[in-house]
Amino acid sequence: MKEIDASLITETVSNLCIQANTDLCFDIVQAINDAYEAETWEPARETLLNIKENIKIAKEKELPICQDTGMVSVYIIMGPDVHINGDLVKAVNDGVSDGYTRGFLRKSMVRDPLRRVNTEDNTPAFITIEPAQGDYFKIIVSPKGCGSENKCKLKFLNPTDGEDEIVRFVVDTVKEAGAAPCPPIVIGVGIGGNFEKVAYLSKKALLRPLFKHNSDPYYANLEKRVMEEVNKLGIGPQGFGGRTTCLGVAIETLPTHVAGLPVAVNISCHVTRRKCAEL
Amino acid sequence: MKYRIITPVEKDIIKELRAGDSVFLSGIIYTARDQAHKRIADALNEGKEIPFDLNNSAIYYSGPTPEHDDFIIGSCGPTTSSRMDKFSPLLMDHGNLVMIGKGQRNKAVRDAIIRNGAVYLGAAGGLGAMMAACVKKAEIIAYPDLGCEAVRRLVVEDMPLTVIIDSEGNDLYEIGPAEYLRSIDI
Repeated sequence: MKEIDASLITETVSNLCIQANTDLCFDIVQAINDAYEAETWEPARETLLNIKENIKIAKEKELPICQDTGMVSVYIIMGPDVHINGDLVKAVNDGVSDGYTRGFLRKSMVRDPLRRVNTEDNTPAFITIEPAQGDYFKIIVSPKGCGSENKCKLKFLNPTDGEDEIVRFVVDTVKEAGAAPCPPIVIGVGIGGNFEKVAYLSKKALLRPLFKHNSDPYYANLEKRVMEEVNKLGIGPQGFGGRTTCLGVAIETLPTHVAGLPVAVNISCHVTRRKCAEL
Repeated sequence: MKYRIITPVEKDIIKELRAGDSVFLSGIIYTARDQAHKRIADALNEGKEIPFDLNNSAIYYSGPTPEHDDFIIGSCGPTTSSRMDKFSPLLMDHGNLVMIGKGQRNKAVRDAIIRNGAVYLGAAGGLGAMMAACVKKAEIIAYPDLGCEAVRRLVVEDMPLTVIIDSEGNDLYEIGPAEYLRSIDI
């Protein structure tokens, strides 16, 4: 049995919150660099150059890459042979509170969706616990801003619909979102499951590094096709035109009902943030 | 075209700007976003006083991160402007001339831009760290209870912006992608 103190989880989450917001993940940086090299449209090249510069400044000055330091989703992946000494949920929230205060990150959470009083420390985190094998223990911290969150969509297609309708739904969602979600975007797509699971799948897809495609070649191809179709829109970085509307597409699936085909499109900005640690 | 502009801006200067032009803005601008807009609009409708003079004003839709001790301001990129669409025409009709944000605006905003000879400038979304370097002074002047959404008076220097909707209603979000698509069609 592996013993993990709640205080270590708090410390880890706190550090991950700061790292995620100031030091962009390697795969996203790489994708932005690649997009810059491939762009021929001048306004798009200029914008991507500014995006690269901003990432550099943020890292050097330990400033948040974007002022919307987001709502924090935390994923705990743990095996049955791990014992937490203390309250796991409290430990994670204490970590978010500490990281957002210590790291001068913006507190964007309101306690109640209608009465809207700020919680002052960006808690609560949205916590998901996923089972794993043995004494494995991993924490993923993924803050996401609301500019892109506001543009996510969920729809139930017909079971007789197929790839074409899914591609169309994603493309329409991106087109409607336009410049608001800060393109170039990253797109997570959930297909299958039920109402609540398909939304979760779309977020889970965003946690996958951009250079990794779905392990099923059928869906890996669909990811490529969605990306090609989205980039034909010409929206470009910041919506000023260009080939780079989207940096990557990841699809996650689940079995579903004979009568339904749920699809969720999770739009994420060019500051797609995720950091993880294994304990 | 590239323009260096100092606030408060006069209408005849705004008239020259075209969608797609680069603007380096210096001078005083005010941050206000969702809740501040709601309060300002309510105050205008009730004939009450508002936190700053709207005449020829520049409003930046931004809620910065808290500042470290050694910094003037934290990261301060733009937020999505469309959430301010229901308030912007009223503010423009009361003298606001420059809006700074990101993302599309609705028809009512575009009409009010044309009607008032105003302009909508785009700040690059998600470039908060870079924007912070343009801010030379920052102070909260109203609604401190709103936290990051409080109204701040900023003094900025050469803030890099792009004209999105010019005073004739031309929209870069339509023109830019269309021109790009035409360029690859050849």
